[in-house]
Amino acid sequence: MVVQQLESSASSSRAADRPARRGQPPGEPRRVAYLYLLPAFLAYAAFLLYPLVRSVQLSFYDWDGLTVGTWAGLDNYREVITDGALRGAFVHALVLMVFYAVVPLLIGLVLASILNRSRVRGLSFFRTVVFLPQVVAMVVVAVAWRRIYAPQGGLNSLLSSVGLDSLGRAWLGDYAFALPAVGFIGTWFETGLVTVLLLAGMGRISGELYEAARLDGAGPLREFLAVTLPSIRREIAVALTLTVIAALRTFDLVYVTTRGGPGQSTSVPSYEVYHRAFELGQVGSAAAIGVCLTLVIFAISFGITRIGDRDAT
Amino acid sequence: MFRRTPRVLSAAGILALGALTACAPGSSNDSATPKPTPKAEVNTDAASMGDVTLVVWDQEVRGGQAAQMSQLNKEFQAKYPNITIKRVSRSFEDLKKTLRLALSGNEPPDVVQSNNGRSDMGEFVKAGELVSLDNYSKAYGWDARFPESVRQYSSYTADGRSFGEGNLYGMPQVGEVVGIFYNAKILAAAGVQPPTTWAEFDDALAAVKAKGEVPMMLGNLDKWPAIHVFGTVQGHTTPAQDIKTLAFGRDGASWTTPENTTAAQTLVDWVDNGYFEPGINGEGYDPVWQKFSKGKGAFLIAGTWLQADLQKAMGSDVGFMLPPGDSADARPVATGGTGLPFAITSKSKNPDAAAAYLDFITDSHAMNVLTETGNLPVADTADQSVGGGLQEDVFTSFGTVVQKDGLVPYLDYATPTMYDTLGAALQDLLAKKATPRQFLDTLEKDYSDFAASNG
Repeated sequence: MVVQQLESSASSSRAADRPARRGQPPGEPRRVAYLYLLPAFLAYAAFLLYPLVRSVQLSFYDWDGLTVGTWAGLDNYREVITDGALRGAFVHALVLMVFYAVVPLLIGLVLASILNRSRVRGLSFFRTVVFLPQVVAMVVVAVAWRRIYAPQGGLNSLLSSVGLDSLGRAWLGDYAFALPAVGFIGTWFETGLVTVLLLAGMGRISGELYEAARLDGAGPLREFLAVTLPSIRREIAVALTLTVIAALRTFDLVYVTTRGGPGQSTSVPSYEVYHRAFELGQVGSAAAIGVCLTLVIFAISFGITRIGDRDAT
Repeated sequence: MFRRTPRVLSAAGILALGALTACAPGSSNDSATPKPTPKAEVNTDAASMGDVTLVVWDQEVRGGQAAQMSQLNKEFQAKYPNITIKRVSRSFEDLKKTLRLALSGNEPPDVVQSNNGRSDMGEFVKAGELVSLDNYSKAYGWDARFPESVRQYSSYTADGRSFGEGNLYGMPQVGEVVGIFYNAKILAAAGVQPPTTWAEFDDALAAVKAKGEVPMMLGNLDKWPAIHVFGTVQGHTTPAQDIKTLAFGRDGASWTTPENTTAAQTLVDWVDNGYFEPGINGEGYDPVWQKFSKGKGAFLIAGTWLQADLQKAMGSDVGFMLPPGDSADARPVATGGTGLPFAITSKSKNPDAAAAYLDFITDSHAMNVLTETGNLPVADTADQSVGGGLQEDVFTSFGTVVQKDGLVPYLDYATPTMYDTLGAALQDLLAKKATPRQFLDTLEKDYSDFAASNG
């Protein structure tokens, strides 16, 4: 201790010898700090910024991926807005958002508070079970659910075994039910992630808060609204950000289950990007959709973080 | 929050800079790609070409396909030790996605297997990345080996605009045709013979339905399977020449004709009569043919690619026939085509050696090898000796339809977007979300938009 103090006083006296550095933040000069950022920045620039800039550039061209592209101005963007099918794809993505983000959040809140309150034995077991869908690759999930939804698949046999034959249908081939059916897979997939995130948040809440609430005569619901919910705002924001982004960039699920069908009723923007760029050779148009999608994702997740931040502080 | 502004600004600056300084996409390739000038003099003596390495990209990765390819490659190298084959094989999907980039690069493979359609081979021809094979065709006599109805699938005009005519750009090994598989047991139980005319086919469907069996198997979740069913019906109602014009996306035909309306109405009638199982738009293609192979359903409209699997599962209970005509000896009209053709890239340094390779893998010996390995060879099909049963049905059918010039192209060849337009429109039609009239209007719009822009 003594030695340390001596040393620190020595260094402070040495620092005092150089008044020029007074008033500056401690440590090395700023310009050197940027040097430390350089390696990470280079990787970031090469694999993220450059492709992003190229996509923006491509979106202004009419390009088939092979021959020389021609300048198209804003035509590709105009098409995104005027083309009914493309607009439909964005609407579908918004519907999926409800299934991917809102529903899992509600289910997750209920599940997590039950698991947290009751202090069940084997909590980690239940947590693992709930989280399990996240571990499975999305393509596998999609193939499995495709079988469940088939006309003679698991869901319909379950319905008929309880005498509800009339409700059975070709789920993925039904114009009204295909999108909700795809969305429900998302719900099943994301609920685990949301629950585990919220559980972690709830575990952090100090027991004294609950005790205080109980002394004031709060019931379980009141306790949940007054103590739990405000304390886990940050976790909710994180969960929403992750799931909303997952909803908006859904590709594999639609690609494997319905390929956008029946008709166009489950097409989503990411699928359109892939389809146009790799199957139709309309790279410019695909890039324009991609840029629009990026902007939408950015705007929505920015909004969510703002709300989460503001209330937490 | 305030601190973030400079970073946002500089990011915007980078974006703007990138957009300003970058040149048009694809322009760097332009100078590197010489416009292909076919050599008038071609060398067909492969042994005299010196030491040559050919890089070949193919997608023959499965079972019999892989077997024939490796056998033919081995034989080719034994015959011409001076030519080394470097084979790169990928699955169809992988090949389709990587070929575009590989061809525009500076060192593309010499021989590539390319999908025939407009968005693949058509685009490559337009970009000048494939060599016209016409001179080789003359030198090797390929036009005698393959009839016009086979060559049309690898032919484009030099500007890549017109499909099905012009120069030859590829050589296929195998053929395929969409016809009708039938379950002989179920037909016998319903008291009908395998139909030989369209009227008998109609009666058979009704008879099977009356017996309480499923007359027609279809799983249309993947969108494309109904294209083959519609094509088969259309082959009966619409003149073959009109189908060709429509399917190659050439100007001068129309979807909204009475004949096509009849075809669309026939499908709707089949739905109304309960010939399909309910929920066809929600059932996958593979589960459905697997169910057929286990004895469910009397008819399955599908391509010859299912032959090996169905024969294995059903033995002598399954048969294959071309779509029947008005009379038993009418000219058959069936959707069909060739496997993926092999083409030579314009940047290849050894086009002569590549042509010798193409010749070798498509000559009559190669056709025998293809038969032995369980494939359907595109030429000399009727001459092959096969073990009877379903395989013989398939070989006879393909031989007949090629010989009688009855092959019509897949309808989705027509325009780059037709695969989707038609797939989605057929789902709408089968679900009765669209009337035959609306269905045809949708197709007409896709077709005429393309024909107008393509000139």
